[in-house]
Amino acid sequence: MQYLLMLYAEEGGWSRMSPAEQEQGVAAYGAYTQALKTAGALVGSNRLQGSATATTVRVANNKSQVLDGPYADSKEQLAGYYLIDVADLDAALAWAARCPAASHGIVEVRPVWSM
Amino acid sequence: MDRTAQARRAADAVARRSYGKLVAFLAAAMRDMAAAEDALSEAFAAALADWPRNGCPANPEAWLLTVARRKGIDRFRQHRNGEAAAVQLQVLAEIGESASAEGDDAAIPDRRLALLFACAHPAIDAGIRAPLMLQAVLGLDAKAIAAAFLASPVAMGKRLGRAKQKIRQAGIPFVVPARDELAGRLDGVLEAIYAAFAEGWSDPGGTDAIRRDLTAEALFLARLVAELLPQEPEALGLLACMLHAEARRCARRTAKGDYVPLAAQDVALWDAAMIDEAEALLLRASRLGRIGRYQLEAALQSAHVERCRSGRTDWTPEVQIYDALLALCGSPVVALNRALAIAELKGPEAALEIMDALAADGRLVDYQPYWAARAALLARTHAYRDARHAFDVAIGLAGDPAVRRFLQDRQAALPH
Repeated sequence: MQYLLMLYAEEGGWSRMSPAEQEQGVAAYGAYTQALKTAGALVGSNRLQGSATATTVRVANNKSQVLDGPYADSKEQLAGYYLIDVADLDAALAWAARCPAASHGIVEVRPVWSM
Repeated sequence: MDRTAQARRAADAVARRSYGKLVAFLAAAMRDMAAAEDALSEAFAAALADWPRNGCPANPEAWLLTVARRKGIDRFRQHRNGEAAAVQLQVLAEIGESASAEGDDAAIPDRRLALLFACAHPAIDAGIRAPLMLQAVLGLDAKAIAAAFLASPVAMGKRLGRAKQKIRQAGIPFVVPARDELAGRLDGVLEAIYAAFAEGWSDPGGTDAIRRDLTAEALFLARLVAELLPQEPEALGLLACMLHAEARRCARRTAKGDYVPLAAQDVALWDAAMIDEAEALLLRASRLGRIGRYQLEAALQSAHVERCRSGRTDWTPEVQIYDALLALCGSPVVALNRALAIAELKGPEAALEIMDALAADGRLVDYQPYWAARAALLARTHAYRDARHAFDVAIGLAGDPAVRRFLQDRQAALPH
């Protein structure tokens, strides 16, 4: 089954880190991605630009409304994702727990709608 | 007896004997509890149509499984497609084939434990785990479960449906967790069984047939888990704890239905065989060398039984067990019961001091046993006015009429 791991994190955290800490953080994500690849579980992954770069769009009465900013105005924002393919929810949760974001933020695990 | 009645009786017997096993096996194969239940109920309906005509099969379990598997495959073809579904279909066909080919219901692998772990998965809302387990393994309908948990049948049915949908859509596995995760995950299973038992226990008079039954069902589940995981001390501890409570059922009410507190119970009314079984389980659990909440709860029951039988007046063992329990799970209810044990060891003033500190927490403010205990302790310190007030609150919070009557009598007996 495919699961989307959505990584939520407090955005200020990154800029408060020292360059050495940032380097370490990037390395941790690199190792995690590598582990997923080695296990044959990785389908896709991306880190996102900060929520200040977000724009929301909705169409109402045939008119599109475009708004600056993210959809949910919460402290933790979506910072990236991993799309993985594993046997079941337990396997997905085990990968989510290993993700660095689980330690400094929150990882939401969602099964992908299989067509 | 006509053939229809005979078929119905045969089907009822299979349902009683093997319902949980059949659902568990199908659910694991289909990875879908709701679909497994539907397929099995269709198979039972088919049996009631077929067996009167063609006679009851030699192995009704295998017959039902074969038909349920076929119904399941049909349903699968209708509702799902794609590569994953094809693989699933293949698995279902093969597993079902091998099991029913054996022609012996003992050959159907027992997946009930795996089903219980799926129902008590951390991804399932904690409040629905016990109802889900009761439905999964025992086939209780939403109406019976709703009555036991004081919920509306419609709401209960919806919540059960949502939980099953989550199991399927989120891909919750039907497996017994690996060794390193087992203890943690088992906790969820045991907690749900204990919750079901407590629901039954809250009607100790057994005046409501459905609620009384639930205690037996919870005991059945506890026995099942203890049998299937004989090396898990907490599984043994939970069964011991429940047997101890069950053993005193008859002594908890007078013939008129009045509430009898532990200290006033007639020891001769206790079920000695059940107590012996509980003691043996607790001993086995302690030899496994991993202490836990349920073993401590059972040890506490064991100490109460021993004290009442021997007339021991020193409450040191009880207080020690409560200390250990409190260190393990700092719940206000445990703290309250510990305070009551301390009252017996050091006097009511010491206990009231602890209870004042507990009340500051706020969680016990609408907990009836807190007020009843407080009232009794205040009476012992001759603070009758305060005791009367505390009894008022306790009586107002009591849901069980026998307990309410008991508290009213105690209040009326206070000196003016």
